[in-house]
Amino acid sequence: MIYCVGHSIISPLGEGTQANVEAVKAGHSGLKIYTDRFESVEPFCASLFDTPQEFVPLCIRSVEMAADKSEILKSPETVFVVSTTKGDQLDLLTPAKEIAQHFGNPNLPVVVSNACTSGVCAQITAMRLLEAGFYRHAVVTGCDIQTKFIVSGFQAFKALSQEPCLPFSPERKGLNLGEAAATIIYSNQPSDLSNRSNWALVKGSIHNDANHISAPSRTGEGAYRCLTDVLAGVSPADICLLGVHGTATLYNDDMERTAIRRAGLQNVPMSVLKPFFGHTMGAAGVLETIIAMKMVQNEKNVHVIKMLSGFGGVNAAIRLQCE
Amino acid sequence: MRVSQEIEITPAKVIINGEPVAVKEKGEKMLVELYRQYANDYPKFFKMDTLCRLGFIASEILLREEQVEAVILANRSASIKNDTDYLSTITGENYYPSPALFVYTLPNIVTGEIAIRHHIQGETSFYILEDEQQLEQIIKSTITRHPSPILAGWCECSGPDTFNAKLQIIWNN
Repeated sequence: MIYCVGHSIISPLGEGTQANVEAVKAGHSGLKIYTDRFESVEPFCASLFDTPQEFVPLCIRSVEMAADKSEILKSPETVFVVSTTKGDQLDLLTPAKEIAQHFGNPNLPVVVSNACTSGVCAQITAMRLLEAGFYRHAVVTGCDIQTKFIVSGFQAFKALSQEPCLPFSPERKGLNLGEAAATIIYSNQPSDLSNRSNWALVKGSIHNDANHISAPSRTGEGAYRCLTDVLAGVSPADICLLGVHGTATLYNDDMERTAIRRAGLQNVPMSVLKPFFGHTMGAAGVLETIIAMKMVQNEKNVHVIKMLSGFGGVNAAIRLQCE
Repeated sequence: MRVSQEIEITPAKVIINGEPVAVKEKGEKMLVELYRQYANDYPKFFKMDTLCRLGFIASEILLREEQVEAVILANRSASIKNDTDYLSTITGENYYPSPALFVYTLPNIVTGEIAIRHHIQGETSFYILEDEQQLEQIIKSTITRHPSPILAGWCECSGPDTFNAKLQIIWNN
């Protein structure tokens, strides 16, 4: 078990966790229709920063916002775990090193690149490294900046909707891409930092469908296995919120529905955040975990689950508990 | 931790459990030669990018007799070779992005290809790291959760004839 001791979100909806939570509660959306960005041949709907952002400075701001003490960031007992799919113009390792070095951290950063599940997998990696005793703190930062590379690729896949996405709707036409940076700082000691959130990451699971590299399993096999793993020790009735992926592609949402039913979680309240933030790729797992924690009341023994799936047939889920 | 099998592949040589294997070709052609010799029943191999072919053939050789429950791979340059190939299809005024190329612009696709081939429904993870020493820390922190062996190692491809893989079957005890 590791403890959340700080977090931040920077998105087109606002600067900082609180601003983003308030924007979601007020029903604001970062989604807009673009006709002239990234030399796109057709319009697309996405949540983009008005002023184009650079990967490293954006991540640095996100980390600064999440940490109340800079000593933790430069400590040799702290590891930086970066979740991204395309990093800074296709380079993933150099920007991660620049972020860690900016804060004077002496350790090599770990970059998790497990497609759209990266942000959840990065938190699982942090839990393992802390529980194995290699470090005391982990700074988990998820970020992706949209580019012509990504937009053209998803368009080639016919996966993008030209309108705001409609997760789980029979009318859904595809996903919207998004930009954001989000950070969670975890510690193996609940008392380490003053601004701890009362939330702890207790379980994590990663499973492959072993079915197809770009389409999810019809039976939701990998996602189902992840959900049953993170449910170990609790019952579906103990889960007060299930943060699903809900990309609004035809196949993803069907797969998730199947996996959720198979795991007996169909009566748990679900949250889908893509209509607010778009699909923020490497940031999604971190950003959506933070929103899930903030959307339920801080009460003892309350649990939330965050699940994601991605290309390569990979699925991941984590369970967090309020202490 | 215990290593039961190991393979190393570079553009010029193949070493299986410490024994060099004779190969006629070099680079990408050598990967095809290895496919002909050790698999030859999976035409999807020819759709794969070089990173996937490298990881696929290495796992094909290691998993002839043993089964694993997880695949944990790492490298330094992610999917840069295929990213560059995809980029070349979206330059110029009239461009036609290729979905077949785009799907390989993620490094973890190789772990998915291995999982599909060997029906591995356990964990698949891909990390971008500085070196193999850093990967060892990740493996140590992961393997305590796995009673069955895992397939893990380095799988790097920065160009058609610039690649190296060192994969192992690793047991917790």
